[in-house]
Amino acid sequence: MPTFAHESRIKYQHWLDIVFRNITRLAAFSVLILLLALIASLVMGGLPAIKHFGFGFLSSAVWNPVTDEFGALVPIIGTLVTSFIALLIAIPISFGIAIFLTELSPRWLRRPLGIAIELLAGIPSIIYGMWGLFVFAPLFAEHVQPWLIEKLGPSPLFGPLFQGIPMGVGILTAGIILAIMVIPFIASVMRDVFEIVPTLLKESAYGLGATTWEVMWNVILPYTKIGVVGGIMLGLGRALGETMAVTFVIGNAHKLSTSLLMPGNSISSALANEFNEAVGELYTSALVQLGLILFLITFIVLSMARYMLHRLAKREGT
Amino acid sequence: MPTHSTKITKPKLIVRDLNFYYGTERALKDVNMTIPEKMVTAFIGPSGCGKSTILRTFNRMYQLYPKQKATGEVLLDGENILDKKQDLNMLRAKVGMVFQKPTPFPMSIYDNIAFGVKLYERLSRYDMDERVEWALSKAALWTEAKDKLKKNGTSLSGGQQQRLCIARAIAVKPQVLLLDEPTSALDPISTAHIEKLINELKTDFTIVIVTHNMQQAARVSDFTAYMYLGNLIEFGDTSTLFTNPKHKETEDYITGRFG
Repeated sequence: MPTFAHESRIKYQHWLDIVFRNITRLAAFSVLILLLALIASLVMGGLPAIKHFGFGFLSSAVWNPVTDEFGALVPIIGTLVTSFIALLIAIPISFGIAIFLTELSPRWLRRPLGIAIELLAGIPSIIYGMWGLFVFAPLFAEHVQPWLIEKLGPSPLFGPLFQGIPMGVGILTAGIILAIMVIPFIASVMRDVFEIVPTLLKESAYGLGATTWEVMWNVILPYTKIGVVGGIMLGLGRALGETMAVTFVIGNAHKLSTSLLMPGNSISSALANEFNEAVGELYTSALVQLGLILFLITFIVLSMARYMLHRLAKREGT
Repeated sequence: MPTHSTKITKPKLIVRDLNFYYGTERALKDVNMTIPEKMVTAFIGPSGCGKSTILRTFNRMYQLYPKQKATGEVLLDGENILDKKQDLNMLRAKVGMVFQKPTPFPMSIYDNIAFGVKLYERLSRYDMDERVEWALSKAALWTEAKDKLKKNGTSLSGGQQQRLCIARAIAVKPQVLLLDEPTSALDPISTAHIEKLINELKTDFTIVIVTHNMQQAARVSDFTAYMYLGNLIEFGDTSTLFTNPKHKETEDYITGRFG
């Protein structure tokens, strides 16, 4: 009977639907499970160090595998400062790139420039590291660092940041290399969000007699601020966790210094360098705990960004 | 008998041999006309006839797009605004524009108005408050908006947003106000508001309006221009054009035989 065949088909489809729903649910929850498992294993792995050093781990700048004394202050500061320098350089440059590409560039130049930026984003980080160490650092040591030490070193405000001898590698170099690495990410997100601004909105501002800069700063940027902050966060996320390139140029020294020209260390590069040779439970555990701290820093930074956007949206009362 | 002889008018914009090109496509063909001061002049015609294009030459909005160019002359108070030496920002201070859709800036109602003013004038806090109130009152939005000046412009309704855009345009005290289908995205009640407003604004401003809606042109304008395929077919007193058109094409269009 035809009705019978019809019913069985519906039943079959219903059953398929249930299977499909559960598969998607499983996929979604597996992300959550993975995340929790990752946190749990980081905490468990770091437990010996947490027990041994307590909160002192965060504030101690000592890192001595021989005496089994470990503190995370140097890599934490290194990670934060290099990422901060990277953003300080990358944000204005990316903004300029995105303005040029969306508002000012002749049409024929847009595609090649856009592709170049995307290629820049695709270069493996180890190549940035090699380039940084073999090409950039020597040039930087020879031409820029002496100038910084001479001109800015004596200044009372910024002086402490520019002391020492020009070595090429160091915190500042790592920050600059990171900036070059995150520019393509921030710039391409900014360009994408600038492009979705309605033409009429821009024309309205131009129609009032605003200049390109005024339109950008007062209309396009506020209109796209969520996307722009998102792009910056993407760049920051990458800068915080970047390992290979930083390892090459940061100097890998567990020493605390106010000078940006001195070598330092970041969490990820400490991990990459030392895991192989880490002997003893406490040493390994200290490194795992560093990993946990990096994870937390990233989490806190991203949460702060979300909170900031939330506050902004609320204040405007939209 | 032509009624326009009874209207005493002074020319504000004089268009001479105006041609406009989108790349190689000619969108305006030797347009000549005189737009009178402190009157409402409407442009009507089917889509693609060039009515929006001519509006966009009056503030040189087309300049944003490298492939578009205009030749001929557009004289604003005797000065050719198509001249390369014409300062665009100063031109746009004199010639304001309102668009098809409301385009409030992503900022507060107050700042939406103040934004344009700040481009040209340094006003004290008190003077700026006065200017904002003046512009919003002129645009018939003051009573609705005065208690939420700090709120985002996008929180207003569509019709209110469009009046905000009009307020924003007149806040810089332009001489000419260009309205590019200002009610095409609005409901009938908001449309009626805007039309009433246009009627009030013409005491202070020369108004040029592009509209798809012939009844609207008949209701709000003193002079009407009918355009077709880049040509200015007929231009004259609105009541004459609608009741006694000189050209067959105009008559066909306004009686709804095409377009």
